[in-house]
Amino acid sequence: MQVPAHVDYERAASVEHAVALLVRYGPEARILAGGHSLIPMMKLRLAQPDILIDINRLTELRYLRITGAELCIGALARHADLLESVEAGQHFAILHDAERVIADPVVRNWGTIGGSLCQADPSEDLSAAFAALKGTMVVRGPDGTRTVSAREFHTGAYQTVVGPAELLTEIRVPIRRGSSARRPGTGRRGTGSSGTGGPGTGSSGTGSAYLKVARRAGDWPVGAAGAVIWLEDGIIADAGIGLTALGAPHFTAVAAEDYLLGKPPSEEHLTTAGALAAGQCRPVTDQRGPADYKLHLAGELTTRVLRLAVARAGQAARPPTARPAA
Amino acid sequence: MQTHKTSGNEVYGAFPRKEDARFVRGQGTYVDDIALPGMLHGAILRSPLAHARIVSVDASAARAHPRVEAVLTGADLAERGLAWMPTMSGDVQAVLATDKVRFQGQEIAFVIARDRYAARDALELIAVEYEPLPPLIDARTALDAGAPLIRDDLTGRTDNRIFDWSAGDRAATDAAFAAADVAVSCDMIYPRSHPAPLETCGIVADYSTVDGRLTVWSTSQAPHAHRTLYAIVTRLPEHKIRIVSPDIGGGFGNKAPVYPGYLCAIAASMLTGHAVKWVEDRSENLMSTTFARDYHMHGEIAATADGRILALRARVLADHGAFNATAQPSKYPAGFFHIFTGSYDLRAAFCEVTGVYTSKAPGGVAYSCSFRITEAVFLVERLVDLLARELGADPAELRMRNLLRPEQFPYTCPTGWQYDSGDYPRALRLALEIAGYDELRREQAERRARGEYMGIGISFFTEGVGAGPRSQMDIFGLGMADGADLRVHPTGTAVLAISAQTQGQGHETTFAQLVAQELGLSPDDVEVVHGDTDRTPFGLGTYGSRSTPVSGAAAVVAARKVRERARLVAAAMLELSADDLEWAEGKWRVRGDPEKAVGIAEIAMAAHSALELPDGVEGHLDASAVYNPPNLTFPFGAYLCVTDVDPATGEVKVRRFVAVDDCGVRINPMIVEGQVHRGLADGIGMALMQAITFDEAGNCLGGSFMDYLLPTSMECPSPELGATVTPSPHHPVGAKGIGESATVGSPAAVVNSVIDALSPFGVRHADMPLTPASVWRAIQGRPLRPDITG
Amino acid sequence: MKVTVTVNGTEHARDVEPRLLLIHFLRDELGLTGSHWGCDTSNCGACVVWLDDTPIKSCTVLAVMADGRRLTTVEGLARGTELDPVQQGFAACHGLQCGFCTPGMMLTARWLLNRNPDPSEAEVREAISGQICRCTGYENIVRSVLWAAKHTGEADHANP
Repeated sequence: MQVPAHVDYERAASVEHAVALLVRYGPEARILAGGHSLIPMMKLRLAQPDILIDINRLTELRYLRITGAELCIGALARHADLLESVEAGQHFAILHDAERVIADPVVRNWGTIGGSLCQADPSEDLSAAFAALKGTMVVRGPDGTRTVSAREFHTGAYQTVVGPAELLTEIRVPIRRGSSARRPGTGRRGTGSSGTGGPGTGSSGTGSAYLKVARRAGDWPVGAAGAVIWLEDGIIADAGIGLTALGAPHFTAVAAEDYLLGKPPSEEHLTTAGALAAGQCRPVTDQRGPADYKLHLAGELTTRVLRLAVARAGQAARPPTARPAA
Repeated sequence: MQTHKTSGNEVYGAFPRKEDARFVRGQGTYVDDIALPGMLHGAILRSPLAHARIVSVDASAARAHPRVEAVLTGADLAERGLAWMPTMSGDVQAVLATDKVRFQGQEIAFVIARDRYAARDALELIAVEYEPLPPLIDARTALDAGAPLIRDDLTGRTDNRIFDWSAGDRAATDAAFAAADVAVSCDMIYPRSHPAPLETCGIVADYSTVDGRLTVWSTSQAPHAHRTLYAIVTRLPEHKIRIVSPDIGGGFGNKAPVYPGYLCAIAASMLTGHAVKWVEDRSENLMSTTFARDYHMHGEIAATADGRILALRARVLADHGAFNATAQPSKYPAGFFHIFTGSYDLRAAFCEVTGVYTSKAPGGVAYSCSFRITEAVFLVERLVDLLARELGADPAELRMRNLLRPEQFPYTCPTGWQYDSGDYPRALRLALEIAGYDELRREQAERRARGEYMGIGISFFTEGVGAGPRSQMDIFGLGMADGADLRVHPTGTAVLAISAQTQGQGHETTFAQLVAQELGLSPDDVEVVHGDTDRTPFGLGTYGSRSTPVSGAAAVVAARKVRERARLVAAAMLELSADDLEWAEGKWRVRGDPEKAVGIAEIAMAAHSALELPDGVEGHLDASAVYNPPNLTFPFGAYLCVTDVDPATGEVKVRRFVAVDDCGVRINPMIVEGQVHRGLADGIGMALMQAITFDEAGNCLGGSFMDYLLPTSMECPSPELGATVTPSPHHPVGAKGIGESATVGSPAAVVNSVIDALSPFGVRHADMPLTPASVWRAIQGRPLRPDITG
Repeated sequence: MKVTVTVNGTEHARDVEPRLLLIHFLRDELGLTGSHWGCDTSNCGACVVWLDDTPIKSCTVLAVMADGRRLTTVEGLARGTELDPVQQGFAACHGLQCGFCTPGMMLTARWLLNRNPDPSEAEVREAISGQICRCTGYENIVRSVLWAAKHTGEADHANP
């Protein structure tokens, strides 16, 4: 097995301490959380930091909680924590759908959500999921705390806005009116059984989903799409779409989202949205597939995931399903 | 001809494995578990380029590293006559490159350091200057004028052709095609694959400067053959070389060859006087050790209008990589590919195979291929499905119409193989019954009407294993006969030493069962010794499913010799004539007086005692045998795979896998089934996700498990197994061997299934691996090439 | 740097380089060769051990990260001479051939059964989906785990 090059090591006792260490050691220092993105790179010697700052003792960063109208996820939460959180899954099926297909159960025990997001792999499923959810990242540095939209967090392949002396501490996802776990019996005229009714059907609620095509279980995606739909009275009040590994700018599909606003979630509209999403993608040909196939997937998966999110929004008054329907 | 028992084999059966006691406790001993005092660690510097001249190698900075003991370069080995080694195919392979590098990953230098981390660090301190040359990646251009010449090290070589070989009757085949009503042809690639056992290859070499003995622990499927090769290459006397194969974490043909790393470790041990361990990374394993397959095949099938197959014709381009290092019987450079006649009653067949060099790692024969039978079966079973499609015939019916009939056995096929025994229609019927074939076809029609696409794929295969008769089969000049030594101790327990080498197949159990059955003992009373050349007789090792057919036969022959000697001792004990005794219920008993019987344990004590023995009868109770098989054995099977395909994404899900196997008499059905389970997973992997691909610059894109994908528990459905038993008429107990059958038979079943699912889209063929992208592209009519990406 | 870990109930203190991988620490420093490694990219799972009662891939964790923590390896599955039902199950159901993936598979199985004493076949397959076996095709591994589920008594095997 390949092994890392020499590296120094310090253990942070607090977030402030971690930041101070980052300031002290400069840009050749790297934060070590679960290590499941960084250590593989170090073993292949694609990453050769001078020093690792181990933040695994910062238990104050490992949490999932609902605070007011937000789901707050500590950056040190393990993937398994998110997948095991019933509340998180009830509010945001997209997060469970995505986690279920990230790596494998053993890797999810130790890899962290913050670590995956900061690794910023263009094939990182959570990046698209949080983009679709229109989440916010909280970053701490020597000058204090700042927030960045999930949609502006990634600036390129393996690049984020987190500066050399900064640390991602939290991810926040807004819980909006109509969220399924909150309001049983939502909607003025019944629960809208199909979820795809036209205006005036009375369907109101949130639904989300994530769909991924991979060559094998646990593999990185060939392409994946996540969608969050807020329905009000059978009309799409808001939409969030996130695309992974498909060359979507900032993992998003803004043209498709804008198109859907104010429209009923008909099959025709969802298909058009899929085409618009694909139109903004610039996928690359690699071993997972050629660019033309990935462009096709962008459209196909966007439409499918929208369909699923809409169906779940329509079922918002009923107990949420635990697994994706498709 | 020995008769065999198919009933009353109370010792054959699902006997639990003796090996498991240590493995479930984590007490196996694999090569990397071995630590010797003062042991050093080796690491190999490998070429990043696929084809380049070596201008200079400067290891001085590496040698200056405080934890580095020594560095070997090609020049250092050349001084000792070790820079090149013979391959199993009569070629030579570089141990450390001297003039050129010929594939990405080729060995350049060997660092020896005090720990493995330092050895890895020191690799970066070796400076190599290369002059890049154009690589040859597309095997189809290997024989073009102006193609880069790979083997300019071989005198007089002017092109990349390795061999041309053919089998069958060209004229008769051409005539059959000319007379046929229907002929269908297809180009298909069996992509480069890799056995990827979970444990990588490795060695601990320990040369003693005091007594000149070399002890080697290594991942070797053929320890005796390795010993002989090391003796020839290092010029150390063979009796001073001991090879120990400890527990091996899977072989699958990957651990049959001798690799440069082994020789480097041996040279390093001789140089430093210390034990040297070298265990490769996974990337080294995938990029430089023996790959499998890489056959570009053009196949044709000719038939009458009512579906009688008349003839088969095939032309193959075989990509062997930069050195011809395949291990197969020397008279057969394309292995047993000419068994592509398959399981059908043909009038004629002809195949020709051209082997070429390319800028890739050497190899080709590996991964449970039974010496290229994987390629042959894939070709014929795809062609039969294509014929069915052409004729509008049901693929199961078409096969049933053409399968060889039991009364035709022993059957000599048009390319000369004599199949020993088989009832093929019975096996196919059983597979169809287990699958519920008619119901599946009904379901398929219903689903198609709803726009859902499922496929049903069949593969019927004939294997040829247990190589082989020494007059026809040798590897590296060594006849493929195997030995067995059996000793029964005075208190009646026994030790069997065999030359086969287990890598998980359960030999310690099944061979004990074989001997126990012959001698009326319990398998617990028989200890099987293997894997140590100091303690076992010579043999060519374990691959090609040869353990049961060859080594197993040797063990049985030795046991029967012991039993016959025991008869003579028993006669002396009872003061009777040997003719007065009969073997019954595990004892020698007096004819007509069944109460008077003696078992082996008693006889063993008597044989070691002061008992007077007749003239010519030696004491003790030992025997040896060297078994020269009279023929291969021919296991066969009928497989059926059901898949569900999503044409909009190209995703394939394997829903069911039915496998009916006939491996003759089954010594341990539990172990037999385990072998089949594995082979079915192999088929799913190769059909849907596994391939070693390259880009045009010669970069190997399958150098890690992130890209060389292996199936997990999620892709493999619970297999549905069936069995028929058609004993081998020439094997002492009628067993045929099973190790590779499922890997041979399964890929075609999966591919046939997917193509069947896609037939409404007009897809007639698509190459493995059928990844989602590959399936989608096939539907678009713009298929992907599996060997070159980008 | 100094690390102190408790492995299978025994405390060990060693001075190691920060870059030393946990799998190498267990195998080479402590001589616990029951855990294996088989790849470079955290895919194969031959290295699975428990870190504070949770299975992790020890090839992707540094030894220094385990300082002050508890580790369980295959050598700690049995209680003295009494095999864990998982170990018995693997032997009873032919859940291993070459034995190389087996320690990792058994540790994940024991963890699964501790959390989910009566898993479905699908749940077993999912639990081991990050670990490769090249010999068994997984079928008998699944059967072994289901056997162990049936034969796990009240005794707690999680903390040897």
